[in-house]
Amino acid sequence: MPVDRDVELDELYREIILDHYRNPRNRGSLEEPSLSGEGDNPLCGDEVKLDVAIQGDHVAGVRFLGRGCSISQASASMLTQAIMGLSLDEVEALFESFKGMMYGSDQVDAESLGDLEALQGVRKFPVRVKCATLAWNVLQEALDRHRKAKT
Amino acid sequence: MKPLRVRSMFDVASIREDFPILQRQVHGKPLVYLDNAATTQKPRAVIEALVHFYEHHNANIHRAIHALGEEATAAYEETRASVARFINAPRPECIVFTRNTTEAINLVAYAWGRQNIGPGDEIVLTEMEHHSNLVPWQRLAQETGATVKYIGVSDEGTLALNDLGSFIGERVKLVAVTHVSNALGTINPVEEIVAAAHRRGAVAVVDGAQGAPHMPVDVQALDCDFYAFSAHKMLGPTGVGVLYGRYELLDAMQPFLSGGEMIRRVRLDGANWNDVPWKFEAGTPNVADVIAFSAALDYLTALGMANVRAHEEELTAYALRRLRQREELIIYGPLDASRRGGVVSFNYPDIHPHDVGTILDREGVAIRAGHHCAQPLMNRFGVAGTVRASFYIYNTVEEVDALLQGIEKVRAFFGDAGR
Repeated sequence: MPVDRDVELDELYREIILDHYRNPRNRGSLEEPSLSGEGDNPLCGDEVKLDVAIQGDHVAGVRFLGRGCSISQASASMLTQAIMGLSLDEVEALFESFKGMMYGSDQVDAESLGDLEALQGVRKFPVRVKCATLAWNVLQEALDRHRKAKT
Repeated sequence: MKPLRVRSMFDVASIREDFPILQRQVHGKPLVYLDNAATTQKPRAVIEALVHFYEHHNANIHRAIHALGEEATAAYEETRASVARFINAPRPECIVFTRNTTEAINLVAYAWGRQNIGPGDEIVLTEMEHHSNLVPWQRLAQETGATVKYIGVSDEGTLALNDLGSFIGERVKLVAVTHVSNALGTINPVEEIVAAAHRRGAVAVVDGAQGAPHMPVDVQALDCDFYAFSAHKMLGPTGVGVLYGRYELLDAMQPFLSGGEMIRRVRLDGANWNDVPWKFEAGTPNVADVIAFSAALDYLTALGMANVRAHEEELTAYALRRLRQREELIIYGPLDASRRGGVVSFNYPDIHPHDVGTILDREGVAIRAGHHCAQPLMNRFGVAGTVRASFYIYNTVEEVDALLQGIEKVRAFFGDAGR
């Protein structure tokens, strides 16, 4: 690597992000998901498809498929790890914290986000924020549909 | 490697001095602007022409009795004549000003298409069209009951033309093709396609957005019926497009937009239309930008479009050679620079174009990463997008070297990620 390191670029492509991109966790699909969703960023061609299994009120399984840039795919992979086992309300709260972090809210305790905190560096690259939030938006839309169907 | 020297008749160093923006830095690095297929930078002469108009001649055109109005009208119409000379149109009235290439093509789709296309008719396009030469025709087909057929693209990124005569059959009413692919750089044999269309009595539309800015264009030699391009891709301001149309066709067409300027007389029970081309220029046009476009045409004419083409071909050949030395890169489009415009399109097998784009941007290198508004073509090659570098008159071999250095940095950054 060159001597003149680009700190912001290093922050964007943190090792943990590249690791999730290289070795995506929970990649695949579920046979009988409780909810699914898919979405894309038409301008960049990032695609993410999510399957979530819910037991009671908790996430019991989650898989994703997709293609796109490292940020979009790493974020999806990290999402699957982050929401596993959470209640739907906890997923909602995590989603709010994550969005708060991506859009620069000061009230978010980034450390509470665990690995997801690594995506903080994306904030310095406004055109890439939508890559990081893609999987989360897919999840939220799927959850909204799930809730509406139940009520 | 010793960089190629660009031929001396084309003094890139002095050209660069005419472009103020080329002095700026991006992320602390000198700007290397290689996104010219999206839009080009503007020489001082164009920027000054715009300011000069507003400071000295600003008025509405075609209606004022006063001096400013006369001056503005004369300058506007002189630009029309300049455009006609630039593409060797037989007369200035064949030139219609629009907002951009997209609007020019839409004008044909609405004003010619809705009058001449009916159920069962066929429209022939190619798989490599920009969305702006694709979606208007798909909509026209949907509304009229016509069908759209596509000329395929080979693995090399050229049009599959071996069976052109039978592909353009008796029901074909319109053939629309890009002069130069914005995504691959492929230069299409437009004369051959136009001739095949005309043998069936079909009308031929050429999307010249990547043609007219980069090479000599003679619409009479091409023999096309319509040719569309944008000022901002050839040193001019944004907001000005050009539609060249064969006079008899324009004359027989109904207006596109309606309102002021495009009428001859309006009564409470109807109106009749102004002459070509004003029939198609409803409302106050983009007077200042059209007039400043004239300075862009003068600039390119002084350089000579054959020299512009030669310079871009030389840069493209050099870029292709350097890119091919990195064997893992996948290069799209013809590998022979004489068959492509100043565009190189490529991918790392395992790194998304947007990741490449972000890292290059940090090096001051501006390229386009994505689908280039040609999604069917991207699907044809099974990719979400590509990295595209596109050249113009002010680019240098040293900038191609900067691109390559940036690309090497991308690999260093990603290591074997995703492999």
